[in-house]
Amino acid sequence: MKRRLWHFHGGLHLPEHKQASMTKPVVAAALPDEIILPMQQHIGSPAEPVVKVGEHVLKGQRVAKASEYVSAPVHASTSGEVIAIEERGVPHPSGLPLLSIVIKPDGKDEWTELKPVPDYAQLDPSALRNVIRDAGIVGLGGAGFPSFIKLNPGPDNAVDTLILNGAECEPYITCDAMLMQERPRDIIDGLLIMKHALRARHCIIAIEDNKKVALTLLKNSLQEHEAEFLKIVSIPTIYPSGGEKQLIRILTGKEVPSHGLPIDIGVVCHNVATAAAICKVINEGKPLVERYITVTGETLDQPRNLKVRIGTPCIDLLNACGWREDQTDEVLMGGPMMGFGIPALDMPTVKTSNCLLARPKDQPHQQPAMPCIRCGQCAAVCPAQLLPQQMYWYARARDFDKIQAYNLFDCIECGCCAYVCPSRIPLVQYYRFAKTEIWAKERDKEKADHARQRHEFRLQRLERKKKEDEERRRRKKELLKKTQPKPDSEADIKQAAIQAAMDRVKAKRATQKQQKKNIENLNEKQQQAIEAVEKRRQRLRNAGADNEENP
Amino acid sequence: MNSQQVHSSPHTPPQNSVTRLMLAVVFAMLPGCMTYVYFFGWGLVINIVLAIFVALATEAGMLRLRQRPVMPFLTDGSAVVTAMLLALALPTLAPWWLTIVGVTFAIVIAKHLYGGLGYNPFNPAMVGYAVLLIAFPREMTAWLPAEIHHMGFMDSLRYTLFETLPAGTTFDTLTAATPLDTVKTELGLDHTLDEIFTSHAGLFGGVAGRGWEWINLMFMLGGLVLIYMKVINWRIPLALLGTLFIIATLFALPAPDIRPSPWFHLFGGAAMLGAFFIATDPVTAATTPRGQLIYGAGIGILIYVIRTWGGYPDAVAFAVLLMNMATPTIDYYTQPRVFGHEED
Repeated sequence: MKRRLWHFHGGLHLPEHKQASMTKPVVAAALPDEIILPMQQHIGSPAEPVVKVGEHVLKGQRVAKASEYVSAPVHASTSGEVIAIEERGVPHPSGLPLLSIVIKPDGKDEWTELKPVPDYAQLDPSALRNVIRDAGIVGLGGAGFPSFIKLNPGPDNAVDTLILNGAECEPYITCDAMLMQERPRDIIDGLLIMKHALRARHCIIAIEDNKKVALTLLKNSLQEHEAEFLKIVSIPTIYPSGGEKQLIRILTGKEVPSHGLPIDIGVVCHNVATAAAICKVINEGKPLVERYITVTGETLDQPRNLKVRIGTPCIDLLNACGWREDQTDEVLMGGPMMGFGIPALDMPTVKTSNCLLARPKDQPHQQPAMPCIRCGQCAAVCPAQLLPQQMYWYARARDFDKIQAYNLFDCIECGCCAYVCPSRIPLVQYYRFAKTEIWAKERDKEKADHARQRHEFRLQRLERKKKEDEERRRRKKELLKKTQPKPDSEADIKQAAIQAAMDRVKAKRATQKQQKKNIENLNEKQQQAIEAVEKRRQRLRNAGADNEENP
Repeated sequence: MNSQQVHSSPHTPPQNSVTRLMLAVVFAMLPGCMTYVYFFGWGLVINIVLAIFVALATEAGMLRLRQRPVMPFLTDGSAVVTAMLLALALPTLAPWWLTIVGVTFAIVIAKHLYGGLGYNPFNPAMVGYAVLLIAFPREMTAWLPAEIHHMGFMDSLRYTLFETLPAGTTFDTLTAATPLDTVKTELGLDHTLDEIFTSHAGLFGGVAGRGWEWINLMFMLGGLVLIYMKVINWRIPLALLGTLFIIATLFALPAPDIRPSPWFHLFGGAAMLGAFFIATDPVTAATTPRGQLIYGAGIGILIYVIRTWGGYPDAVAFAVLLMNMATPTIDYYTQPRVFGHEED
């Protein structure tokens, strides 16, 4: 039975250049002099070191913990001594240095105590996700999103189809193909674990039809009963079939909504290498400390795939494959379509590094770009069905509203447009520029909004205070003015009572004064007694005033 | 290794170039041009050579004046294509100044004053042609009938340079109106198509103008090669020719005496050259898939309308220029549905 497949718009048939790195079996790369573990090898917030300089660590030991929900811990990829925790250059398009733990290997490559999960099927999905999170597993296809999050469909979503992406559509890269050839059963086991975590109904492993060996080997390692819910599907070789949205479209005919996630249409997509890594975590208890990396390019004598300890400097891998530095223009991390140049080769390989590609000196950027002639070849190949020629126009004009109206943020930066452009315009660069500018503008706007809000609150506060003060003054004045208390409120009744009491006191004093007038004809003794009383009274009155002043 | 420079992906060697596209267009025009020479003599070759020379000279001059790099733009081939299209639109016997005026106007005003390659809203060759047709109607409408071979290469050259004709001939005895022009004029005099085809038997061939039908066929073949090479896409030619065919059929069926057949429209004038080589000029054409269909169909309709009820016997140039004006609007309203978005 042939499964029905769908098409996505555009795409390219690219020269594959895959054979060169697939002739030799995968071998482990030599232990380097230094292992550099950046704290951010994933999407999310950086990990936080939990070891100190001078500490001895074992292979597989956690050296940094996840700082937040969207984060991933980092594990030592060999045993040795932590010799530094400092900022190091990392291979990332931004080129910014990152806090990294540097380990000097002791050469023993000694594992820490491993805790495999004996029977994952007995484990609750959330407990399973915790094991996977603690092992530092992130998407190994390139993006590096923490896998445990993508294994959590959420309470409101049912997963119909779990897709394992083995398309590997970029030229030159073969690490997934080699993994599928050498460890097919691990991939299937990993997939079954993922299926359990997601409670997915169907599973598909998708492979481009140029990987016949991998396809056959995977099919052969499939057990009888698994074939009911697990299909291994060969898809046409067309770039970028390995793009998540494109692959889902090919396999299901459904489109992931713009600004949405695959789970919105009941699909979850993981990379085959991620599945293999999860298999190792569960079955062997080994966290993510190594991966397959393709080291290839025209200026290497022995292009091949290596099993690499994460954190190994790029230069060690290149040298292991007979690199001819003098003929190399630049070394890319990733493939020719979406990779980026590595600014310095002592930078480490990270969890998401799938390929080191040495490029000879025939780069497109050495050719001057011509004006756009609006030929529309870019639009014809765009897998997102965008109009690259219009977006280019508005990016150049810095008209960022207009370029968003042309759905800039649906661009997946696959590079098809720039590849076919007769004017050799670095289109993707323009789109990245526009995206960055828009993000920066949004941040600025957020900041400005925040500041404005604070300012407005302050003005409001001052205004309120002023009003309250005025109100208080007004009330006081009214109180003073009020001669005839109207007993229509509690306060007024009180006021009236006080007033009445004061009136009574006044009247009493008046009578007393009057009575005083009747003591004119007193004898001396009586006079003295009265004076003494008056004095005492005076003293008491003074003391009372003091008391009032200093209560 | 030049490790300090970091470039944006993709990092692939260039696959394509403007020069490649333009040269492909030039080569695809050659079969049509050769057929043209076979039927109408060497005048076309002289016109093309002169036009290319003038186009490159004015292009270089304008690039220098505009302080742009000369060589990358001079070698992009766009000026050569403009020159060839304009030369093909000129009568076979064209004095030198006619070609120079047309090409200069096309390159200087229609192309560079609007910003050069990629920025001109109107097809430069068609602007040059329209200017000539309006300014010099007599020179622009006097064509040789097909297969008059007593104008050899030297005779043609002599005419181009000095406007002198071979002994014993006059301009009026040599030249005639084009088949399209003849049909239009005679229909205006209330003659039926049958009468016209009989009275001007030498002008007409199997389905359309004598010679013209073969030239059109060759341009069509060249155009199909361009589609196969993905230099142009099929939408504009198909929409243009399809619309022209349908509308001509609709009008010819009830009135075959006074409305020429669709074949006459497709193969009688510049329809094939226009559909595959002029309307597909990427700079001035619509760029969205649906927009290209609308743009092509619009040109097809305008060609028929102008030919049938307008003042000019052939109408490709005006139809293209009119639709050039509509291009930004068409593009704006025909944006394709983006992946993952709902249909509007």
